[in-house]
Amino acid sequence: MLIPCPWCGDREDIEFKYGGSADVAYPRDADAVDDATWARFVFFRPNPKGQMTERWVHTAGCRRWFTLVRDTVTHQITTA
Amino acid sequence: MSRLASGGRIDRTRPIQFSFNGTPYRGYEGDNLASALLANDVRVVANSVTYGRPRGVFSAGVEEPNALVQVGNDTMLRATQVGLVDGLEAIGLNGRGRLSLEPDGHRYDKVYAHCEVLVIGGGRAGITAALEAGQTGDRVILVDEQAEFGGRLLGAGWNDWLETSLGALRSPPDVRLLTRATAFGHYDQNLVLIAQRLPNGGRLWQARAKRVVLATGAHERPLIFANNDRPGIMLAGAARAYVNRYGVAPGKRAVIFTNNDSTDALAGDLKRAGISVEAIVDVRAGEAVLDTFPSPAGGGGQGGGLGGVTIAPLTGGGSRREVECDLLCVSGGFNPTLHLFSQAQGRLRYDQALACFVPDAAPPNVEVVGAAAGDLGGRGQGTIMPYWVVPSDGQDWSTHFVDLERDVTVADVRRALSTGMRSVEHVKRFTTIGTGSDQGKTAGINETAIIATQLGQPVGAVGVTTFRPPYVPVSFGLMAGRNRGDLFEPIRLTAMHPWHVAHGAVFENVGQWKRPWYFPRHDEDIETAVLRECRAAREGVAVMDASTLGKIDIQGPDAVEFLNRMYTNAFDTLKIGSCRYGLMCKVDGMVFDDGVVMHLGPDHWLATTTTGGAAAVLEWMEEWLQTEWTDLRVRLTSVTDHWADVAVVGPRSRDVVRGLFPKLPLDPESFPFMAIRESETAGIPVRLHRITFSGELAYELWTQSWYGLALWEAVMAAGEPFAITPYGTEAMHVLRAEKGYIICGQETDGTVTPQDLGMSWILSKKKAFIGRRSHRRRDTARPDRKQLVGLLPVERDQLLPEGAQLVVEPDGTIPTKMIGHVTSSYRSATLDRTFALAMLQSGRERLGAMVYAPLNGHVVSATVTEPIFYDKENVRRDS
Ligand SMILES: [Zn+2]
Repeated sequence: MLIPCPWCGDREDIEFKYGGSADVAYPRDADAVDDATWARFVFFRPNPKGQMTERWVHTAGCRRWFTLVRDTVTHQITTA
Repeated sequence: MSRLASGGRIDRTRPIQFSFNGTPYRGYEGDNLASALLANDVRVVANSVTYGRPRGVFSAGVEEPNALVQVGNDTMLRATQVGLVDGLEAIGLNGRGRLSLEPDGHRYDKVYAHCEVLVIGGGRAGITAALEAGQTGDRVILVDEQAEFGGRLLGAGWNDWLETSLGALRSPPDVRLLTRATAFGHYDQNLVLIAQRLPNGGRLWQARAKRVVLATGAHERPLIFANNDRPGIMLAGAARAYVNRYGVAPGKRAVIFTNNDSTDALAGDLKRAGISVEAIVDVRAGEAVLDTFPSPAGGGGQGGGLGGVTIAPLTGGGSRREVECDLLCVSGGFNPTLHLFSQAQGRLRYDQALACFVPDAAPPNVEVVGAAAGDLGGRGQGTIMPYWVVPSDGQDWSTHFVDLERDVTVADVRRALSTGMRSVEHVKRFTTIGTGSDQGKTAGINETAIIATQLGQPVGAVGVTTFRPPYVPVSFGLMAGRNRGDLFEPIRLTAMHPWHVAHGAVFENVGQWKRPWYFPRHDEDIETAVLRECRAAREGVAVMDASTLGKIDIQGPDAVEFLNRMYTNAFDTLKIGSCRYGLMCKVDGMVFDDGVVMHLGPDHWLATTTTGGAAAVLEWMEEWLQTEWTDLRVRLTSVTDHWADVAVVGPRSRDVVRGLFPKLPLDPESFPFMAIRESETAGIPVRLHRITFSGELAYELWTQSWYGLALWEAVMAAGEPFAITPYGTEAMHVLRAEKGYIICGQETDGTVTPQDLGMSWILSKKKAFIGRRSHRRRDTARPDRKQLVGLLPVERDQLLPEGAQLVVEPDGTIPTKMIGHVTSSYRSATLDRTFALAMLQSGRERLGAMVYAPLNGHVVSATVTEPIFYDKENVRRDS
């Protein structure tokens, strides 16, 4: 898979690490949420068949994190 | 000899000597092993895997299921794919190859290639596509699995066209031609892996193409009938290739069995080669080959070879006839070769008129041309009557072979269906069709058709099994390339490494680092050496190379705030010139890594990490800075390799350090525990830290790594009067465990909280930090979680194995509840006995109780203790 790093351009996927869904926001006030809400944030992640917004980091390159949209069926990538 | 007097693309002026099963034979330049064996009348090449039935050459290419041979350390090759070279020694396989225990002596390399157009398959369609693409000046790569380009044309009288076209291909500057190169994997966005065979090894091409043209041709498939596996039965197109391309008569008397027009040209070719055509059996004319019979045993040692066929009307009944023959040429039609297309997520559909699967929706930037696209005109398929299996009398399907390499018959497929399986994937796994090294290239579609017929479904509805890479077997050596032995992985060495080598260190791998494990004196074993090294650290002075510690330089006006959020403890009160132990958790509250954080100057900090965790910690920190805390002005730099770190440890360490830095006040008031000082010795700038990982008075001396060896040697010289003793990672582990210091990754495994470790003291109550909210979760606060404890085996000499499970019943009752496991276990010179650390359910409530480790054949009993065995009051550390 070729992954478009916004800083370096297209690079092989082995240069990157996967950061999971980009759609899970860190709760603004972690102490204020109840156990169930907190558990959803910590343990639950979307796993769609199709478009998914993801975080990647170019570990073997510029070390920058970025967000992209990947189709989990075709691996076609569109920048977020 | 069955070599024809003339014809073919072999060079009769260049003979080649080879042997098969120990018998010497002669072939010619241009032969492969299969053609040379046929030319020498070797009809039985191998025996089948399950039934041990004799098998001969069945095809003329990569799809060969029968003629499996071993050549040297290559355990399973297709005779059709082995180019003939002088001195080649091959043996036929009895179903399986035998793995060699010798290292693979071949030389393999990797090539990374980029092109606009990659054409796979050098037959007519592929050559045409490459010519077209080459005109534009694009970078073009044309690959073909055979020794020369041409594919089917090589045996079909297209020599002039080939010569002209290949000549034209050599003129554009950016056309690269690869033969003996099999594209075996087609991945996302047109990454194609190509295995190129070279005389003493091979090259793995990793080609990234803007556009891929699949000109992969088509594989002929057989018709299935009783005893369809005898040597002498081969695909019709293969027989034609042996006659026309290799100048070999694969038999003397032939029968042709077909359901399509492709065999029309064959009869003429056979006759010209002096092979008589005894019968042409065409299912379209209402006839079929019902069964075959063997040649009389002993006739030239060819027992089991084909002796003749029984021909019967398709309708059953009627008159049957037997025809003697030693060659049966079979064609059941053609399957476009769409393995790569499917690997690249292309979709197939069944074409009723062509009786085969053809490309439907192609993936982006992939094009299929020629026979692979369903254009079977070149193969001369013409009209075809879809036909698959000739039923025999009495419903006996046990010699109707579907997958010749796997010895799977129609009976096996029917058995799978009778158990209720319907999916072609299930039938594949039950019968093993398509799981041989040929991946069922001649079997797969027939399997589908048999299932469809049995279930009364359309062939297209049953579909095909998933095509997966590799298209052909690929050796591990090729995958590894040069990355084996010393080059398997980068090796990281500290600045002091030459000294360690010169002083006999035994090394262990810690990630990519080589670290001294222990420094044996004379014939010492590890146990004796480690006890001696530990004693030196506790009683005198010892020295360790700690350079591999991960180091992250942290700068910026928000650095303190950043550290406060990352670590469980607070850093706002830490003065410049001091350091503090810090612990990090993941969001789930579990311990992630630990280290010492140093305050070096205004807005300037440095954090150490575990040796193995350095990269992960830096990534973790960067992730938070870049994705969540984008407002924090902080910059991180990995400086692990910038610094060399000499740990001087033990009650006499102050004397050694004083010798090096005579002007630096070293008394505990001037240079207390956890303080940092800058100085120099013999022109070497040194940053001194009073940090300890042993519990002893200790100094870590840091210098720029290029001074590392010089500093180490200076320390050794200054320590000589005190018998300074170098020690390795094993003694380091023992010393820290005696003191109850954890190692992240050894005591912890991603399921352990700071509370579990008895480290609640390091959790700040005044600030938020990563993981804090999770510590309040009901599960995380459970009282019966595994907690860190110490263990003292009842027998002072008994060593618990790390990883041993702990139970409460002493008698080895089964089943029993496992309540914990040993994380660290050593012999201690200080305690003069063995001891261990363990994670134990409700461990802190079990202090003083007994637990048991049932091992292979015996049980070790141990007393639960506090996880600290030495200097609980930290008197030595702070001295
Ligand atoms: Zn980048």
